[in-house]
Amino acid sequence: MRLGTVAILVILLPLMLSSVTAALRPKKARALMLSVNVLCLLMSAYLLIQVLRQNAAFTVSMGEIGAPFGNELFVSKTEAVVLVGFDLIMLLSLLSGGRKIVHDISINRISLYYTVCSLLLAAMNALVLTNDIFTGYVFLEISTIAAGALIFAGSKRGALMASMRYMIMNLLGSGLFLFGLSILYSLTGELLFSGILQKVSEVAAQGKYTGALFVGLTLISLGLAMKSALFPFHTWLPNAYSLSTPASSSLLSSLVSKAYIFLYIKIIARGVGLSVFRESGANDVLLLYAVLAIVMGSVDAIQQHNVRRMISYSSVAQIGYIFLAVSFATRQGLAAAVFQIFAHSAAKAMLFPAVDRLVEVSGGNENFRDLRGSGYRAPVAGLAFAVGAFSIEGTPPLGGFSAKVFVASAAYAVGSWRMYVALGALAISTVLNIVYFLRTVVTVYRKSDRQPNAFFHQKVNAFRAFLCAFIALNLFMGVGAGSIMQLINGGINIW
Amino acid sequence: MDGAFFKTLFVDHMHETASIVLFSIGFTTLLLNKNLIKKIIGFSMMDNAIYLFLASYGYIEGRFSPIYRDGNTDSGLYVNPLPAGLVLTGIVVSVSVTAILLALTVRLYRRYHTLNIDEISEIVRREGK
Repeated sequence: MRLGTVAILVILLPLMLSSVTAALRPKKARALMLSVNVLCLLMSAYLLIQVLRQNAAFTVSMGEIGAPFGNELFVSKTEAVVLVGFDLIMLLSLLSGGRKIVHDISINRISLYYTVCSLLLAAMNALVLTNDIFTGYVFLEISTIAAGALIFAGSKRGALMASMRYMIMNLLGSGLFLFGLSILYSLTGELLFSGILQKVSEVAAQGKYTGALFVGLTLISLGLAMKSALFPFHTWLPNAYSLSTPASSSLLSSLVSKAYIFLYIKIIARGVGLSVFRESGANDVLLLYAVLAIVMGSVDAIQQHNVRRMISYSSVAQIGYIFLAVSFATRQGLAAAVFQIFAHSAAKAMLFPAVDRLVEVSGGNENFRDLRGSGYRAPVAGLAFAVGAFSIEGTPPLGGFSAKVFVASAAYAVGSWRMYVALGALAISTVLNIVYFLRTVVTVYRKSDRQPNAFFHQKVNAFRAFLCAFIALNLFMGVGAGSIMQLINGGINIW
Repeated sequence: MDGAFFKTLFVDHMHETASIVLFSIGFTTLLLNKNLIKKIIGFSMMDNAIYLFLASYGYIEGRFSPIYRDGNTDSGLYVNPLPAGLVLTGIVVSVSVTAILLALTVRLYRRYHTLNIDEISEIVRREGK
């Protein structure tokens, strides 16, 4: 099969089959969605193998129309490896959260839930592969709609309101992004990243329209920062993550906001150009907010007694790391950001289902004190929680450790005051992370005399297997960090 | 700020100024207004302002819409069809987003019997206790 066909199918297959999913019965809808997901995973693995074998990047034109009117997809090593990672994490999240989907969502809505997941998969893959900034916007909106639906699908009290708040903040972000994009388009007349890069560097070299360029870039940055919950735009995040069903929380925290950041990385590196980004000064503003996010997210997380809210707030800090690495405006920084996206997605997507199981065997209360001894009542979930927590803290040999090393060395290469600020923030937040995660891990493994409840006897072998797969993925992120980083760098260096 | 400044702002760049003003009104309404329906109106206004911005760049005075005219294939005679295409796509996107927002509002209203977002948050908080 031609490589271009595969790249297009990765997007079109889930998009087209999503409408079929809606018409099926719940079990069949689930089977169809999961098989589509597996197919997408296989196809993205095929893309990765092809890109590696030919050691080149591919541009796929859609239809017969070439640039500048046509639409393009772009596959390099980075895109391929991110695609594999996203599809794999999506699959594992759905599998390990699937147990609770039946429980949390009324029976006649389950098919629709999988429809939304299918749409989300299509949007995610499109955001990773697209070479066209406006296509990026369209799929950004599709994933916003899908994510909003994922939040209110749960039957929990307040989920509707959380979804509304999520939609409002995200639509504000989309509006700013679209305006920034329009300004960029009116300056360059191009929508493909390669065209924008060429025209922007021409414009910047002549020293014309610096004001308009700055405004456009700022609006795009602000819009995507709002959508991916960078501090202080994170207010929607804790409720949205903690009130939805575990599968939704996993998907939202590990994929939706990360795909936006990946799009942002592509816009900066392949659209606007790193030097223009650096000269505009927008990166320093980003650095400031990233540092605030890292510190404030951790401080907020410490204050939480509800364990799911605590994990949600820790996402705020982790998103801060990613933006910190982006704000260095170097290729090394961007590669570190992509790796951090991976490491965090793998850990967070595992934490939500694991915590859900721990809460279940502890009587359904989400206060972390009630989790006492739950690590013995649900051993695999306890282990998964510990692994996820240690990964986010940055303990070797897990993914989070390697990510922190990469971010720190990127900071070191940048030098100047930025290095001190970045390393200081990393140090502070590591200490804060240890405070709240270690506290919870210790609580989970404390002896308690709680009697096993009904949930304890539930058969959860499949769930255990999926959590083990997640644990393996996190270990692989740490042990194989070098080779993953080589792949990421392989793409970013030729962007 | 002399007359020339205002001339540039309100005459030469009338569309841009208008769209930025409209965008700001829509943005602030979506962010700050407490009424959910008014928020949605603000959202529509914000998006339409951007479409006005894009469409005004797509129009060049004295040129025709990009449909063959008397078999004339000179590209200098027609405007670029791309901005109009973007606006059309954008309208479709914002219509679907508006639909889902309205659906959410209906569900919220049925459940909490108010459209005020602060009151709903208050009820949710009280229920939680």
